[in-house]
Amino acid sequence: MRSAVLRKEPPPMPAPVDSIVEVRDISKTYGDVEALRGIDLDFPRGKLTSLLGPSGCGKTTLLKIIAGLIEANAGTVTVDGKPVSGPGPERAFVFQDFALMPWATVMRNVAFGLELRGVNKTEREGKARHYIGEVGLAGFENKYPHELSGGMRQRVGLARALSVDAEVLLLDEPFSAVDEQNRRKFQEDLIRLRTNQNKTFIFVTHSIEEAVYISDRIVLLSPRPGRVSQIIEPEIDRSGDPERIHRDQHYLDTVDEIWQGLKQYVE
Amino acid sequence: MASSIRTESEAVGFAPLSGRGEAAGWQDHPILLRLISIALFAGIWEIAGRIPVSFAFPTFSDTIIAFFGLMADGSLPSAYLSTLQPLLLGVVLSAFIGVGLGTLCGLWRTGEWLAIPIFIVLQAAPVAAFIPMVTFVYGIGLTAKTLAVMILALPVIVLNTYKAVRNVNESLLVMCRSFLGTRWQSVTKIILPDASPVIFAGLRLGVAAGFVGVVLAELLITPTGIGDLITFHRSRADYAEMYATIGSIIALSTLTLVFLQWVEVRIFRPEKRGA
Repeated sequence: MRSAVLRKEPPPMPAPVDSIVEVRDISKTYGDVEALRGIDLDFPRGKLTSLLGPSGCGKTTLLKIIAGLIEANAGTVTVDGKPVSGPGPERAFVFQDFALMPWATVMRNVAFGLELRGVNKTEREGKARHYIGEVGLAGFENKYPHELSGGMRQRVGLARALSVDAEVLLLDEPFSAVDEQNRRKFQEDLIRLRTNQNKTFIFVTHSIEEAVYISDRIVLLSPRPGRVSQIIEPEIDRSGDPERIHRDQHYLDTVDEIWQGLKQYVE
Repeated sequence: MASSIRTESEAVGFAPLSGRGEAAGWQDHPILLRLISIALFAGIWEIAGRIPVSFAFPTFSDTIIAFFGLMADGSLPSAYLSTLQPLLLGVVLSAFIGVGLGTLCGLWRTGEWLAIPIFIVLQAAPVAAFIPMVTFVYGIGLTAKTLAVMILALPVIVLNTYKAVRNVNESLLVMCRSFLGTRWQSVTKIILPDASPVIFAGLRLGVAAGFVGVVLAELLITPTGIGDLITFHRSRADYAEMYATIGSIIALSTLTLVFLQWVEVRIFRPEKRGA
């Protein structure tokens, strides 16, 4: 218990937290499969919250409901107090399979969100160029996705989401199709990126290590039906060398605690 | 440990190099290879003509001479002038109607139910059998010939477009929606570019079928243009001229298809350039 603040459901609110995204009593069924039941969650502004759980716990479904890409059967999601009824300009999505247009260059892919909004070419390419640099892809503007590695493709996906200036970034297992080495590099970059972007991140992952490594807050979901089982706030200092975190005692303890909690759901 | 981590720029640096390494050797000269292939074909034709395989089979050199003769006396250019009218009209109409209708059927269930079965039947049917019927209804003019081109070209264009639109990459559509793309934007910026390789495959097949259609029309409806030239030289036993005419339309058809491929890569799929 030393390493993390651990709470059982329902989570009592500590101090009044400024939540940007509020999820109230969300339920979702697919046919006769109950994917989510009565989800109540708050996502604090400027923090990175991970949705963590074994497969089938509905974490991606929940993220897509927040994104407005899937409709819930019951309940509401509000962003900045406004109810969500579909995708909106204040949210941007990073896809598990990258969802890059193979016929478009890195530049056009990154600027695509702005292109759809009718931003003129000079302006959107200026902005895209900035974020291409920000994710470490400067010099690759005119490459096509098939010329990039998996890790770089997802950087394009991230730059695209950053360039539309959304307050909330929704990341759906962004690293699951990226090889291990690139994933670690990308995670380190994400920590760095967060500190200077001041955005709210909602991050879906099935990797306990990944969640503890990057998150301010971890929401543990239990499967069938998906429900909130625990909320954990790992108190890890991420200011120094990101490599050091992997050897941090708090980090290791938190990973272990979560594993103990999740074990029961794994056959 | 840090030294064992492969950086991403290295990973990319290797890719184009290995691609170039494989292409080394005799495969490096595609133009030379193509020329050799043409020379081989011409040589075999020449030998077959000299044996001769049949008294009605001219040599390659005679055919080429006949071709220049036909060009010089103006009969080939004037034949093309009349053949190209129904061909161009039919192919262009088929391309626009076909891609439009195919897209509509791919996007709209009712349209699919109404139109697709007709085109499946048309594609399976020996449509040349319809040509006498077309003549019966529309006479022997440009309309009938244009229609002959279209009944051959349209089904494959519609069906390919329809299939391509139906099988569009779902995750790109979701991406477009999540970045606030409108329905129209998702059609023009995602569905059509994503479907373009299959649409163009259909266009190539359709254009090839259009050439079949126009020659059939000129042989079956009224002898004009290229069809007339073929019939005329056959009746006079000018086999070199007949083969030159047939060869010229095959060459034109091939060039048109190559041009279509160029348009596709140039405009719709730039990432395939040089691949």
